Amino acid sequence: MRIYSEAELKNYTEEELKSFKCKYEIPDLDELEKGPWPSFVSDTKQEALRRRKLSDDQMLIGRDVCEDMLGQLQTSFDEGETHWKHGGIVGVFGYGGGVIGRYSDLAEKYPSIAMFHTVRVNQPASKFYSTDFLKTICDMWEYRGSGMMNLHGSTGDLVLLGTTTEQLEPIFYELGHVLDTDIGGSGSNLRTPACCIGKARCEFACYDTQDLCYDLTQYYQDELHRPAFPYKFKFKFDGCPNGCVASIARSDMSFIGTWRDDIRIDQDAVKAYIAGDIVPNAGAHGKRDWGKFDINKEVISLCPTKCMSMEGDQLVIDNSECVRCMHCINTMPRALKPGLDTGITILLGAKAPILDGAQMATLMVPFMKAEAPYDNIKAFVERVWEFWMEEGKNRERLGELMQRVTLPKFIETIGLPPAPQMVKAPRANPYIFWKEEDVKGGWNRDINDYRSRHKR
Amino acid sequence: MALSKERLGRYNPEKPQENRLTDLGPRHFWEFFPPVIKENYGTWAYHDILEPGVLAHVSDSGAKVYTVRCGAARFMTVEHVREICAIADQHCDGYVRFTTRNNIEFLVDSAEKLEALKKDLEGRKFAGGSYKFPIGGTGAGISNIVHTQGYIHCHTPATDASSMVKAVSDELFEYFKGMTLPAKLRVSMACCLNMCGAVHCSDIALLGYHRKPPIVDSEYISKLCEIPLAIAACPVGAISPDKTESGLKSVKIKGERCMFCGNCYTMCQALPLSDKEGDGVTILAGGKISNRISMPKFSKVVVPWLPNSFPRFPEVVENVKKIVEAYAKGANKYERVGDWAERIGWERFFEQCELEFTEHLIDDYRLAYDTWRTSTQFKFTDAAWALSKEAGGIE
Repeated sequence: MRIYSEAELKNYTEEELKSFKCKYEIPDLDELEKGPWPSFVSDTKQEALRRRKLSDDQMLIGRDVCEDMLGQLQTSFDEGETHWKHGGIVGVFGYGGGVIGRYSDLAEKYPSIAMFHTVRVNQPASKFYSTDFLKTICDMWEYRGSGMMNLHGSTGDLVLLGTTTEQLEPIFYELGHVLDTDIGGSGSNLRTPACCIGKARCEFACYDTQDLCYDLTQYYQDELHRPAFPYKFKFKFDGCPNGCVASIARSDMSFIGTWRDDIRIDQDAVKAYIAGDIVPNAGAHGKRDWGKFDINKEVISLCPTKCMSMEGDQLVIDNSECVRCMHCINTMPRALKPGLDTGITILLGAKAPILDGAQMATLMVPFMKAEAPYDNIKAFVERVWEFWMEEGKNRERLGELMQRVTLPKFIETIGLPPAPQMVKAPRANPYIFWKEEDVKGGWNRDINDYRSRHKR
Repeated sequence: MALSKERLGRYNPEKPQENRLTDLGPRHFWEFFPPVIKENYGTWAYHDILEPGVLAHVSDSGAKVYTVRCGAARFMTVEHVREICAIADQHCDGYVRFTTRNNIEFLVDSAEKLEALKKDLEGRKFAGGSYKFPIGGTGAGISNIVHTQGYIHCHTPATDASSMVKAVSDELFEYFKGMTLPAKLRVSMACCLNMCGAVHCSDIALLGYHRKPPIVDSEYISKLCEIPLAIAACPVGAISPDKTESGLKSVKIKGERCMFCGNCYTMCQALPLSDKEGDGVTILAGGKISNRISMPKFSKVVVPWLPNSFPRFPEVVENVKKIVEAYAKGANKYERVGDWAERIGWERFFEQCELEFTEHLIDDYRLAYDTWRTSTQFKFTDAAWALSKEAGGIE
């Protein structure tokens, strides 16, 4: 599977690395090699040295691409402005997205980054990898690209940072034929979905986040690769309300695990927490002395609905009043567990500020079962898309459409009844719309009839 | 199938659709799980944080998996990824994962393997001296900073991402390695207010910001842009159609109405706005995503602007540290920054963090009124005395 031999992968010595000097003067970047946090500059220099020592036939784009990137970055620091030209439209046949075109505006000075396109590679759910897979990507990318990447992009993709237009199709072919993997989304389409670690390594997961993420990603491949929407649309999948993949803030459609039965309590473990035999919050505060664990102070009185109490040595939860915020479970994970009748809550409309202000997602479906093949979830997705694709304006996110048409009209259109769970509070102003058919006698009235009772 | 070395690989430009594979999607996650994860999938019973950066998960069967979490720069080269792979091959049966905050996690199934792994990771440094794989980022501390492209790859930034994150992370390193805060503290960074990532909902957020309206490239705008899109891109209606003296279609921008968001440049390359002296950094605080105790919160602007002092952003670092230290001192256990600020009141937050309150922090966009104080409930701080004095209330 590999391109490079072991000798080529060890083609420089520690001494050579220590004495490596970028071909440009980069004093600000050299400064960023200091300090304890992993230095992206030091890393880039390693790769720059490797490329200097590779033979000409072992790379297809500029040998000094890393050094040119560092050089341009230093110029940007000096001048306090970016040096990437606006936009850039490139891609692969058959798809309308997945590649972000980028061109330097200092191409004469830094020719190896004249074209510096990004390829988004759809990551496996929750970002577990085999090293075989990663090493193959590395060889392919060193050969056909800059060797620089992001692990990972904010949406979740494995990002290959910097190649030429000519190499986009070959890279896409290698990804598909050798790595059996696809590129991710960009543009006005379904972007690459992402999920938390879920059942792979978390006792809080209320549904199989990886499986739902993978299933919907595969099912909606067309919507992901060929932009057909008014604007971008993101799915994210959190296994519980802790929100480890931040779906409530960073996805147009947010799937958050929940349960509708009782929190499971192990009373012996509760006693062990109270006795100090188990540290609270799994030891998350372990490097500071917060005193002995006090279940009243740290759990019962912090419960947002005050639905917990101690009756003798028994912890009691009034589950009908619980809002499943996770605090007690987070604090005593060995004593408390989510219920067993689990599913998802669906929220809609999160987005960043542009254009009409930032939005978090609004609760739309309190509870939905989430079991393969997820037909109920797909049906709901399509109810929302059908409306947004028809009614959404150019570059209007779902959250903005919800605001523009208003929540009452939005839920009516997608066929949901109003419920108090959709709001933090009822409206305070009395500017209430009524439909004509809901008002006895309708709106078509005769002024003469009115005047027969009321003189001018 | 082996990787190709032909210049165009398997792609034949004469027949572009031949042998084209599409709509494969990502690889299935199950292929990439270590055995201990496969065997215990969905049966985890509980977890412990053994020390900063080290987790132990125990399944119903009693099986254990140990996770070592390491910081990473997010931007990384194949050289670094190959080193990650070498570590995973040596200690973790060839498996590794990345977190939603771009940390690296190495998983092992025994305590002996854990010790060897930790020792190996801590010993690895870059030639410049920084740690390659610092262990930490768990519990009530500061984990990795979610960030964006900056000057490395983007055309709309008002600052750089990787350098600012490195500068701030160096200064917050003790919090990455420790679990000494009242709760987790999430720092995020975006280089313009498109806010790719998590800036609008983080405990502390760093945001690139412009302060000068765009320059209109009038001779070219009608050739390069769809002018109605540029006009519709403005959240405050500052852009209107115009004509040049030579009769070309263009736009005019009301400077006093523009708040420099840059969205018109996103839509139209003839409206650039980056500027060395104008551009800088805004700091926000008090956002959160989890539903724990309180509902998710937006971050609020607490420092309107700081200069882009490349490469180490000392003013940004100083202000971030002021917030972190005041929070660490003042907040109760389990309180996030936003929970603390709301409990003590934002007037006390500004006092405790020693941050200046300016008119830029008072909302004036559409639903602004909801953020003003319609109550007599407030605390007396120096700011209250200064206000009272100015109004003639006291000597």
